Amino acid sequence: MKSLGSIRRSFAPWSDPAAKPYIVFENVTKRFGDFTAVNDLSLSIFEREFFALLGASGCGKSTLLRMLAGFDEPTSGRILLDGQDLRGIPPYKRPVNMMFQSYALFPHMTVENNIAFGLKQEGMAKSDIEKRVAEMLKLVKLEQFAKRKPHQLSGGQRQRVALARSVAKRPKVLLLDEPLGALDKKLREETQFELMDLQQELGLTFVVVTHDQEEAMTMADRIAILDKGEVMQVATPTEVYEAPASRFVAGFVGNVNMFEGKVASRDAGSARISGGNGLTIKTENAGDASAGSDVVFAIRPEKIKVSSKKPTDAEANVAEGEIYDIAYLGDMTVYHVRLADGQVVKASSLNAVRISEDPLSWNDRAWISFRPDAGVVLTR
Amino acid sequence: MTDTAIVASSATEYAGRSPLARASNAFVSRLVIIVPYLWLLFFFLVPFIIVFKISLSQTAIAMPPYMPVLGFGEGLSGFWGQLKQLSIDNYLWLTEDALYFNAYVSSVVIAGISTILTLLVGYPIAYGMARAPATLRPTLLMLVILPFWTSFLIRVYAWIGILKPEGLLNQFLLATGIIDQPLIILNTHTAIFIGIVYSYLPFMILPLYSALEKMDFSLIEAAQDLGCPPISAFWKITFPLSIPGVVAGCLLVFIPAVGEFVIPDLLGGSQTLMIGKTLWNEFFANRDWPVSSAVAVILLLLLVVPIMIFQHAQARAQEQGR
Repeated sequence: MKSLGSIRRSFAPWSDPAAKPYIVFENVTKRFGDFTAVNDLSLSIFEREFFALLGASGCGKSTLLRMLAGFDEPTSGRILLDGQDLRGIPPYKRPVNMMFQSYALFPHMTVENNIAFGLKQEGMAKSDIEKRVAEMLKLVKLEQFAKRKPHQLSGGQRQRVALARSVAKRPKVLLLDEPLGALDKKLREETQFELMDLQQELGLTFVVVTHDQEEAMTMADRIAILDKGEVMQVATPTEVYEAPASRFVAGFVGNVNMFEGKVASRDAGSARISGGNGLTIKTENAGDASAGSDVVFAIRPEKIKVSSKKPTDAEANVAEGEIYDIAYLGDMTVYHVRLADGQVVKASSLNAVRISEDPLSWNDRAWISFRPDAGVVLTR
Repeated sequence: MTDTAIVASSATEYAGRSPLARASNAFVSRLVIIVPYLWLLFFFLVPFIIVFKISLSQTAIAMPPYMPVLGFGEGLSGFWGQLKQLSIDNYLWLTEDALYFNAYVSSVVIAGISTILTLLVGYPIAYGMARAPATLRPTLLMLVILPFWTSFLIRVYAWIGILKPEGLLNQFLLATGIIDQPLIILNTHTAIFIGIVYSYLPFMILPLYSALEKMDFSLIEAAQDLGCPPISAFWKITFPLSIPGVVAGCLLVFIPAVGEFVIPDLLGGSQTLMIGKTLWNEFFANRDWPVSSAVAVILLLLLVVPIMIFQHAQARAQEQGR
C-alpha cells in the first residue's frame, strides 16, 4: 500500500507541459431542447488518471459521461480520446466501458455470464473468456458467486459484479456513474479504497461522476467541480480545498467561513482586508486581488483557533466574540462564535485530549484567532 | 394501583380481546379465499359436471333431448339404474368419425398460426408503446383497449364489409390500380387469420407491454456499452426479458382462439373446419346434446395443457419477482 501511495504522489502529468492529454473535451456544448446541460466546456484528462466530475444534480456531470460513452452526442464541440475524434462512433464501438449507477446487470444471466458478455461480443476464444472471467471474479472476490443471478446478491456484491463486468474488456477508459451511490456509508468507505487499488492495479484511466465531495476527495487525482454545465475549477483535492478558485468552489467543498471586505492595502502576496464590521484581516494569500477591490476572505473552520483568553500571538488575526453554539462530534468540536457585528464564525478543534480541563460553554466570551497564511482571498 | 395490579389488568385485557380479534381475522381471511372458490364451484365446476354427465347420455326425442335425466323421482334404486345407463359411446363415436379429429387439428393449427401472427404484429406495437414518452403511454393504452367498447360481433361483421369481393379493401386496391381483379379473401383461412389477429391483438399487446415497460432501458445501454450492436442487444437482452409477456400473450390468444366460433363462422365460410363451429352445428343444427357435450369436454381437456403451462409460467414469473 505504501508504494502505491508514493506512486500516487509522484503522478502529476497535468503539471508537465510536455504531457499529452488522453481525453479532451473541446468547447463542448450539449442542449436538450431549451435546456443547456453542458455549456462550452473544455477539459483535459490524462492517461492513468483517476478523474472525478463533482457537482450537484443537474450540473451536467452525467451528461459529460454519457457523451464520452456515446449515448449522447455533443450539440457542438469535440471530444477526443487518444487523439481520435469520437463524434459519430456508436457506443458499441468505443474503447470505453461504463459502470452504471443502477449497475444495469442483466437479470436473466448469471454473474459469470454478465462478466463474459462484453468478451463474447469481442469474439474472444472460449477458453480465454473463461480465464478472464475467473480472473475478474477473483479480482472482486466473488469466485463462489459465479453461478448466481443478480437478484440473489446483496447490493455490495452487485456493485462488484458491475465493476468486474465493466473492466473485463480492459477498456482504455472506465467511466463510473455514481459507483458507490447505492451503498451504505461503511461499505462505501471500504469500496473507495478498493476502487483506488483496482485502478492502480489495472493501470486504467478512471472518470468518475459523483455528487459526494468526500468520495471525490478520497479517490481522485484531480477533481473538476461543475456548476450549471460549466467547469468551476479543475485541481487536485488539496488545491480544491486549500486554494479554491471561487466562492462557489469554497462553499461547495467542505465548510468555510467567508468575510466580505475591501482590499485596504497590498504588497507582494500579502494584503490587508478591512471588513464592513471594522475587522481588519492580514493575509498572505491575496492572489490577484487589487487594492480597493471588493473581495471575500475565506477560511476553513479547522484553521481557526478558539480560546477563552486573548491569544498573545502578535502575527495572528484576532477577534472577540461569544460562543453561540457548540456541536460535539466526538473526534472534534465545532464552535459557532458570534462576533460583535453578528456574523457567526465556525471554528472546529480536534479533541486530542479526552476531557478538556477548560471547556468553553454556551454564551462564554471567546477569542478566535488565525495565522495570516490560514485563509485565501477570493475575487470571484 | 400497584405494579402487579397493572400487569394483571393489562393481562386480562389482552386475554379478553385478542382471541376474539384473532378469530374474526381468521374468519375474514378464510372468507376472502372462499368467495373465489364458490365462484369457481358454481360457475365452472357445476356446469362442467352437468356437461360431462350429458356427454355420457344418449340422444332422445324428448325435452331435454337426451336420456337418462337424473333424478330421485323413483327413489335411490331408480337413481342407480339411471346412472347405469350412462356410457362412453359418444366419445367412441368421436373417434370413429374423422370429422372431429380433423376439426380439432385444424382448430389447433389455425389458432397456432393466428397466435404467431398476433405476436408478430403485437410485439412491435407493445415495444413502441413501452418506449413512447411516459406522458403518451396512457393514451396509447386507451387506444388499444378502445375497440372493447364496441360489440365484438359488430366488429367481426364490419370485417365482412371490408374483406368481401366488392368490399372496402378491394374497392381501394382496384381504384388505386394495384390489382385489376378483386381479391378473394372472405371465406378463406386468410380472413380467419385477419379476424383472430384483429380481435385478440389487445390480449397480446397488454402482457407484452407490461413486460417491456418494466424493463430498465439502461440494460440496453449497458449491452451497447459492452460492444453489442442494437439489433443484437434486442435478441440478447430485450427479448429474453420479455418472454414472460410473450408466453402470457400467446396463451391468452391461443386458448380462446382454439374454441373460436364467431370468427370462423362469419369470416371463414362454410368449408372451414373448426371445433367451435362443429360444436355449434352438433348442438343447434343436429340437436345432439350428448355428442356436442363430448366435443366440449375433449376441447376442454385439450386446452388444459396450455392453461397449465400458462399457470406455471405465471407462478415462476411471480417467484422471480419481476
